[in-house]
Parts: sequence; C-alpha cells; structure tokens
Amino acid sequence: MTTTVLPRVTYINVKHGVASWLLTKDHKRIGIMYMIVVSFAFLLGGLFAAGVRIELTTPQGDFVSSDTYNRLFTMHGIFMVFFVLVPVVPAILGNFVMPLMIGAKDVAFPKLNLMSWYVFVIGFCFTLYALVSGGVDTGWTFYTPYSSNASNTNVLPVGIGIFITGFSSILTGLNFMVTIHRMRAPGLTWFRLPLFVWAIYATSLVMILATPVIAITVGMMALERALGFGIFDPRLGGDPVLFQHLFWFYSHPAVYIMILPPMGIISEVIACFSRKNVFGYSFVAFSSLAIAIFGFLVWAHHLFVAGISPYSAMVFSFLSFAVAIPSAVKVFNWTATLYQGAIWWKAPMMWVFGFMGLFLIGGLTGIFLASLGLDIHLHDTYFVVAHFHYIMVGGAIMGFFAGLHFWWPKMTGRMFSDSMATLAALLVFVGFNLTFFPQFILGYLGMPRRYHAYSEEFQVLNVLSSAGASILGVGYALIASYLLYSLFRGAPAGANPWLATGLEWTTQSPPLPENFAVQPVVNEGAYEYSKREIKVA
Amino acid sequence: MPNGVGAHADAHGHGHAHHPALQHHFETLEQQHEASTLGMWVFLVTEVMFFGGLLMAYLLYRVWYPEAWSEGSLELDILLGGFNTVVLIGSSLTMALAVRSAQTGMHKATVRWLILTIILGLTFLVVKAFEYEHKWALNHIPGPNFQFEGPHARQVEIFLSLYFGLTGLHALHMVVGVSILGVITWMAHKKRFSPEWSTPVELSGLYWHFVDIVWIFLFPLLYLVDRAGQGGG
Repeated sequence: MTTTVLPRVTYINVKHGVASWLLTKDHKRIGIMYMIVVSFAFLLGGLFAAGVRIELTTPQGDFVSSDTYNRLFTMHGIFMVFFVLVPVVPAILGNFVMPLMIGAKDVAFPKLNLMSWYVFVIGFCFTLYALVSGGVDTGWTFYTPYSSNASNTNVLPVGIGIFITGFSSILTGLNFMVTIHRMRAPGLTWFRLPLFVWAIYATSLVMILATPVIAITVGMMALERALGFGIFDPRLGGDPVLFQHLFWFYSHPAVYIMILPPMGIISEVIACFSRKNVFGYSFVAFSSLAIAIFGFLVWAHHLFVAGISPYSAMVFSFLSFAVAIPSAVKVFNWTATLYQGAIWWKAPMMWVFGFMGLFLIGGLTGIFLASLGLDIHLHDTYFVVAHFHYIMVGGAIMGFFAGLHFWWPKMTGRMFSDSMATLAALLVFVGFNLTFFPQFILGYLGMPRRYHAYSEEFQVLNVLSSAGASILGVGYALIASYLLYSLFRGAPAGANPWLATGLEWTTQSPPLPENFAVQPVVNEGAYEYSKREIKVA
Repeated sequence: MPNGVGAHADAHGHGHAHHPALQHHFETLEQQHEASTLGMWVFLVTEVMFFGGLLMAYLLYRVWYPEAWSEGSLELDILLGGFNTVVLIGSSLTMALAVRSAQTGMHKATVRWLILTIILGLTFLVVKAFEYEHKWALNHIPGPNFQFEGPHARQVEIFLSLYFGLTGLHALHMVVGVSILGVITWMAHKKRFSPEWSTPVELSGLYWHFVDIVWIFLFPLLYLVDRAGQGGG
C-alpha cells in the first residue's frame, strides 16, 4: 500500500450535493444513508442505556424516578432493536456489498430500495416524536393490556413507527431475495456464492415471513388503543397471551434477522484472515437456512410462565434446543477453518475472535433458558438480559464491526489505523464482559429485570456492570473517532488491501457508480485462498 | 436482440438496441420480467402473513366462542356480501382478460377491460360502505359506543372487531388496487404495452387476483358461520 492513490470517478464523487444522495438509486449510497440514521439511533439507544446503568449503581432509586426509569429501558430497547439491530447489517453492509459480491450493477429494484430507506426514516421520525413527547413505558415488547389500556404514555406513535419501519424491513428482504435469485453474475452458481450472501438470503426469508406478522399485531394493538376495538381485551373475553404469541412469532425470528447476517460476515472475514477455504462450506450455508426455518418454531419459549399448556411448552423447549445444532455447526466450522490456517492478526479478525467467544457464551446460556425447569427460576431476571445482550451486542454488534472494518476500505477507499482498531476491539470485549457477565450472576441470584431499585446485596455486581458499560462506551467512541479520521486522512486502500477473494475486491475502492467496469464472470468457488500468494504485511 | 417499436441505440455502447422499458441494471427484458414477477409473488407471500395474524386471532376466538360467532355472523347482510362476492369474481375475469389483451397487443381491448375492472372494484367498495354505514347506525362499531342485545354481547364485540379489521384491511387493499389500475389504464391508453413487454399489467393482475382470493376466504369466514342454523362449534 505504498503508492496507491484514490480512483478518479467513484460512487461518492460522481455527483455532489444533498439532493444527489436523497434521490439516489445506488445501493452503495443507500447503504451509507442507512449507516447515518442507524448510527444516530445507536447513539440515542446508548444514551438511554447509560441512564439505566447510572441508576443501577445504587440500590435506591435515586437518579431518576421509577416512571422515568421505565421510559429509559423502553426507549433503549425500541431504538436498539427496531432501528439498530434489525437494519444494522442487512441494510448497511447487505445493501453495500451484497450486489458487489454477486457481480450485479445494483439490487433488483433500486427505486424500491430508496423507498425502503424513506419508509425507515418516517418510522424513525414517529418514534422520535413519541420520545420527545415524553417517551413510552411499556417495555419494547408492548405487552397488552399495558400497551392497549394501562399505559398513559404515548404508545400510539411508537406503534405507528414500528408498523411503518416493518415495511422497510419487508421490502428490503424482498429486494435482496429477488436480487440473489435473478442478478448473479455469469458462472456464479449457488454453491459459489459467498457465505455472507447465503446468510443475507436466509435473513430475507425471515424478514419476509415474520415482519408482516408484527406489523398486523402492532396494528391490532393500535386499533384497540385508539378506537377501543377489543381483540386482546380480557374484559370482552379476549386473550392478552394471544398478543404475546403473535408478538414473539415475529420477535423471536427477528433475533435471527439480527444474528444471521453477522454470522455471514464471520465466515467472510475468518476465511480471509486464515487464508483458507471455509471448512464445510455447504454445511455453513445450509445451517443459515436451518436457523431461519427452526427460528420460526420456537417462539413460545418466551411464554413458559405465561400459562401455556405444559405439553406445548415441552415441544417448544425441545425445538429451542434444536436451534443450537445449526448454530454449533457454524462455530465448529469456523474453528476448523482457523485450524492450520495462516492467521493474519489484523483488526477485522480481532472482532471475529470477540464474536466467537461472546456468541458461544450467549448461545450456551440460551440452552439454560430453553430448559423448562430452569427457565421458571431465571425468567424475567438479569440472566435473560445478560443472555440476549451476549447474542445481540456480543454477537450481532461485534459481527457488524468485523464487517465494517473488513469492508471499510472498500466503502471509503481509505485505511484506518490498525492498532487503534485492535485497541477498540479489546476495549469493547473487556468492557462488554465486565458489563454483562455480572448480570448472569445477578439474575441467577434472583435480581429481576426492569426495576429501578434493588436489594443492597446486589450492589457490588451492579457497580461492576456499570463500570464495564463505561469502558464499552469509550470503546465505541474510539471506533467513531478513528473511522472519522480515516474518512479524511486515511491512506488510500487500493482495490484489495486484504488480498481477499470475492468479486467486491476486484473493482476499485470506492467502487464505480455502476460497480464494475466490465461484467465479471465467475469460474471458481468463493474462498480459493490456496491459489493466492500470502503477503502478510 | 431485435426489438419492436421504440428501440434506440444503447447508451452504454454494447452494440445492441435496448427496449425503452429496460432499466440500466438489467441485461435483458426477460431478466427484468422474471425479477419483477418473482418480486410480486414474494410480496404476495408477505401479504398472506399480514392477513395471517388477523386470521389467527379469528381462528382462536371462533373455537373459544362459537355461539358469539354465530350471533355476530347473522348480523351481517348475506345478500350484500354475496353480491360483492359475485362482483369481485367478475372483476377477476375482466382483469384476466385485460392481461390477455395486453399480452396479445390489443390496446383498445386492454383499456376497456381495465376500466370495467375498475368499475367493478368501485362497486364493491360502494356496497361495502353501505354495509359499514348500516353497522354505524345500529351502534355495532366496536368501541365505547358499542351496543348489542344478546347473550354473548361482549364476545360479539370481538367478532365485529375482527370483521372490521379484516374487511377494512381488505377494502384498503381494494383502494390501492383501484388506484394502481388507474395508472395502468392510463399507460395502456398511451400504448406503453406490447406483446414483448406487458409486465406492469401482469403484476397488477396478480395483485388484483390476490385481493379477490382474500375476499373468497373472508366471505364464508365472516358471513356464513351459522347460516344453516345448526349451532356453532
């Protein structure tokens, strides 16, 4: 990377001005626009989490009132789930690199892609409105009758916001699915596809089949709240547990919307930085589909204490165990990929190592919670909070950063400081474990979630957790600072700084507006690293 | 690749002519057609899931409260509902004929069948509006002002909530469908379609048939619960 210069015409400088971005149909620009909105949502969600952690440093509720505390954790959940975790990898990295990876000029429906972004922003604005008009205190799960009758906060705008945002997700999934079916370069057969594309495909399947259900469920809740319709209302004989079933029919598969794309990223990065073919390619590819399909059959494990029949609970418990199998296939295959690989200690790989450790703990504690007896003890305690943060932050967000660091040179044409990025990965890993590992113990000891005061005996572990959260915050701030620095001062990256396989690395960085100067043709599998010379800098 | 009317020299300099409807990121009209058709089918799958949430609630409460379902269903006007069913099935026929005309390049027939489809769609909506108005007059709209005489009044309110939810969502789809057909009719009038490219007509046809099929399910589920008078459940 000595004498590389930035290319003359790129998707960034081909047109100038705000309007050229707001009216663009280029999947790369749309990916960047998602990144801006999602980063803002991540900042907001992080600030609410900071409020929660400050309150929990002392056993008494002294920093905020209990009403404010309810709003803090609710808004944290809503922003992080619907506006960060669901779109973070598909809408940002999926939009940017997936069409490049399959050698296409764009997604199948570029106008629809832009429309999805606008739909997302409109939903985001409704939610922001709910925030500035006082916030919502129902928890991000909106269980009826809290949400339909009991809460006197501004539930309706958030409901509308999530209803609308759902369509952004549906349309993105539709667009990606058609793109992967119909837009692949000549010679790019299904079993030559990069595993990230397989993961995006499986994710699209979940988005298409699950998201409409949350839309209609939130719609029914809104009808009940706004017009007094009685679908979940116990006073009429309606069943609030039906709401929980419908809600988790989306929201459990949504976990796989969040984790499948980062899993795809891990496969890409681990192959590149081990200089090896991914071990058991087809197993990893099909495990994505298996997770997507099994993911639809486990939702009622959120309802073990909601009064469902013990027989259905047993079936759902068993099926929840079954999801562990394809997830474990992935982890074993990544480990086998590392074995005898020429490991290249670069920043993206650090995030991958972080992901593997944290996802493993998150996945295994999921088995605890899927066990019927143990779940009764652990339900609605901090153990659950720790478990899903290990999956969502330790898994999805670490995976996103692995992908962001891997593709950053492609997206911006510039390199970032590798030592700073490694330091950030270390800070986030340490800070994350310090924040959430104590919460496993707290939950096991019986500290319930969603209370703003707690027994004195839990204070030490809570202080540790809050201290970890501040390290985590510093880690994220560090990422933002060196990436912004790289945007202006980073050294030009050249087309392929990681000497990686994959079509996205065959075009210039940042890519041309139409992606490729000539239509690429594929005649080999996705990870032919054995055919490449290793130039470890 | 030989093209019909309106072919022009390719801006990218590949040396072959492009159809004006071919977007820059597709190689051929065929690829574009296949992508659009697959996209529409996937969209219809999401629609099935969308209605599915409401139908799940319908199923649960019908099993729980068969008597209320029977009482509620008898409140609906089977004649108007039946008339609307015939109207919608008829509109599917005219829609299919419009697609056929577009595929065979018969511009005037395409416009004629599309206009007839729109008229039938609007007829359905007008009849539906009269049905709603009747419910309004009887205070059968769920909510604070709901009134109903009968042993299962509260559960009938759930039935009517689902009735308005399902038929309201369906009517919304009809409004969207009629609007789309308006645009398609205008495009057909401008002779934009030809045997080699009539994708928008075909896709609106798929959508229209889907909305029709939803009604084919809704009519018996809502209007015909207990017409034989044999007691529910």
